[in-house]
Amino acid sequence: MTGWVNGRAEKGNKIVAGMNAELLVKNGRVIDPANGIDTKADVLVAGGKIVQVGRVDPAAAKSAKKVIDAEGMLVSPGLIDIHVHFREPGDEEEETIASGSAAAVAAGFTSVVCMPNTNPIIDNETDVEYIHRKGRQARKTHVYTMGAITKGLKGVELAEMGMMIEAGAVGFTDDGCGVQDPAVMLRALKYASMFDVVIAQHCQDDGFAANGVMNAGYFSTILGLPGIDALAEEAMLWRDIQLVKKTNVRYHAQHISTAGSVELIRSAKAASLPVTCEVSPHHLLLTDENCCEYDTNYKVNPPLRSGKDIEAIRRAVGEGLVDALATDHAPHLQSEKELEFLAAPFGIASLECALGLYVKALIQPGIIDWPGLISLMTSRPAKIIGIDKGTLARGAQADITIIDPDAEYEIDVNTFVSKSRNCPYHGWKIKGKAIKTIVQGEVRFEA
Amino acid sequence: MALMRKSRQPKWNRRHLLGLRELTAEEITYILDTAEGFEQVSRRSVKKAPPLRGKVVVNLFFEDSTRTRTSFALAANRLSADIIEFTKKSSSVSKGETLLDTARNLEAMGIDIVVVRHGAGGAARLLSRNIKACVVNAGDGFCEHPTQALLDVYTIRKIKGSLEGLKIAIVGDIAHSRVARSDMWAMTKLGAEVIFVGPPTLMPGQVNRLPVKVSHSLDEVIEEVDVVNMLRIQFERLGGNPFPSIREYSHYFGLTVDRMKKTKPDILVMHPGPINRGLEMESEVADGGNSVILEQVTNGLAVRMAVLFLVNQAAAMEK
Repeated sequence: MTGWVNGRAEKGNKIVAGMNAELLVKNGRVIDPANGIDTKADVLVAGGKIVQVGRVDPAAAKSAKKVIDAEGMLVSPGLIDIHVHFREPGDEEEETIASGSAAAVAAGFTSVVCMPNTNPIIDNETDVEYIHRKGRQARKTHVYTMGAITKGLKGVELAEMGMMIEAGAVGFTDDGCGVQDPAVMLRALKYASMFDVVIAQHCQDDGFAANGVMNAGYFSTILGLPGIDALAEEAMLWRDIQLVKKTNVRYHAQHISTAGSVELIRSAKAASLPVTCEVSPHHLLLTDENCCEYDTNYKVNPPLRSGKDIEAIRRAVGEGLVDALATDHAPHLQSEKELEFLAAPFGIASLECALGLYVKALIQPGIIDWPGLISLMTSRPAKIIGIDKGTLARGAQADITIIDPDAEYEIDVNTFVSKSRNCPYHGWKIKGKAIKTIVQGEVRFEA
Repeated sequence: MALMRKSRQPKWNRRHLLGLRELTAEEITYILDTAEGFEQVSRRSVKKAPPLRGKVVVNLFFEDSTRTRTSFALAANRLSADIIEFTKKSSSVSKGETLLDTARNLEAMGIDIVVVRHGAGGAARLLSRNIKACVVNAGDGFCEHPTQALLDVYTIRKIKGSLEGLKIAIVGDIAHSRVARSDMWAMTKLGAEVIFVGPPTLMPGQVNRLPVKVSHSLDEVIEEVDVVNMLRIQFERLGGNPFPSIREYSHYFGLTVDRMKKTKPDILVMHPGPINRGLEMESEVADGGNSVILEQVTNGLAVRMAVLFLVNQAAAMEK
């Protein structure tokens, strides 16, 4: 990054005289992978939209109601997390859309995608609209939702995909479980082919998972706990890739966790199939050995795998095979997590420390750089779900995250905005923190 | 631990007995030596000793058990403790009162030692982290069953003098057996060579990383072993259909009179009980001259007295 280079968005876009800009973010290192920008620049916002990236005309700058000096900071398109569980409706004691999106905005996210495995299941347009309404009321991040592939997540009958798309659903998944019956999955993909939508899958063949609670391997043997074999994920991913060959529908593998899955994704991409995948922080940082003290904060599905799997997944990120980073933020009550490892629910709450965790897993070891990380948290996930976000292009909604890349801090679950504390990273020291989160031109979070 | 001293480390300073994996050979030996002392109490006409007088032991059993529960109760009795029985028929307590709530309630009544059996691996460890009382694991899922393994090695040591260099076959459903795991830790730490015998479908994941040999043929190992420990086929834990039929299982892995003809003459035949007669072992073998199955039960009492005594002592020293 050197000096003042004009960003593409600036060319030919002189600010209209007399325009009332509401916000100027100046002197930051603007990283906008969607537009190939990585440069020191200013970002001018008016009417909730980006009007200019580059060297802003002093007169226009003067007109800005609010000025943020981002010297030494990164200025990124608003971060997007395409995999969160906000537990509403049904389990509001664990998290609500209000508390979850407040946690998200405090972590630098401007858009989140809720999973449909709530109670009731989000499998019709009314429920989709409910999520959106709660999101609007919370007034923190944009709140999107995926709908269920099958009614009630039962894996039998297709849910009303079309009506849910009309209500704004950004994809479909039976997350929490995979669609077991291959005929149902094929039918879902075929049906979805009449829409432009992504079908996402939590790949787990229950036949191989056998009520497991952690990775099947040496540590499950030692701990005397039933294991979930890597095959459970890989068998379903392999099957689905064959179905995608047949239907050519956009398919997204959620939270992949094994080296074998990486290879399947590699071959699917080599064959130019419309297959994408995401990776969660815990599958980049933790292994099944972490379960040794039966600490249920390490109980997550897909389970924590081996060091070799972590290496393979990190390498896959470096090679560009991974399309998005997604937290799979899964809040749970302390009282639920206090149960036996066998009985406690799956899930890790990591939304609020996600950015620093990705930095630790991917930037610090030199696997990717900041523009690489930001693309995995902005433009690329936006593309998967087909939303017009993750960009600082002129005219785009002004969702902006300002990041202090050097801010070091210790994760303390007691400071979480989220309602839940089931986070195994408590006490970890991480680097990289969102200091301001701007949604539609409005500063919604300030550190 | 709090009471590590430079000059004289106590031989036992654990307030809990959760498993044998974390114990050293010296600690295991110390329990066995202590048990030897207590064995004599059972031979006296007045079968009681006073060390746990005024202490309360609770038998907190979430799974069926007769042998282990009775043995612990009797052991506590012999040490003059008061014993409370608490049984709850539920493998998972995710509904209703949680395991921790149950234990905390018992603790609020003033108990000193919790003997816990539970269907979930790690249940004893979970308790030990959350209550002040001593915790003794009486079997957790298919993780560990330390007192069973201790009485197994106690029995072997008593007859063979030592475990050093012995070859021991453990036969059956290794995957779902907490006894096999605890035996493996205890026996290998004391210098024996352990062979897990059973069909591949009953072997745990990555068994090759465990400190044991693996064989899928009982005939192949039966001639060379000094001890054979036959595990019970636990129909309640078997998922699916890991072997085609009981008949075929017995054909390959049953300890029959015919197979006994090929063994060393002084082989010890063990079984943690209860036996499925005619399935993993023919009756004639179970009741035969090489069988030490009932001696195991007898020795279990002394071993459990030793364990209760030692954890209580460690707790007292911590205070």
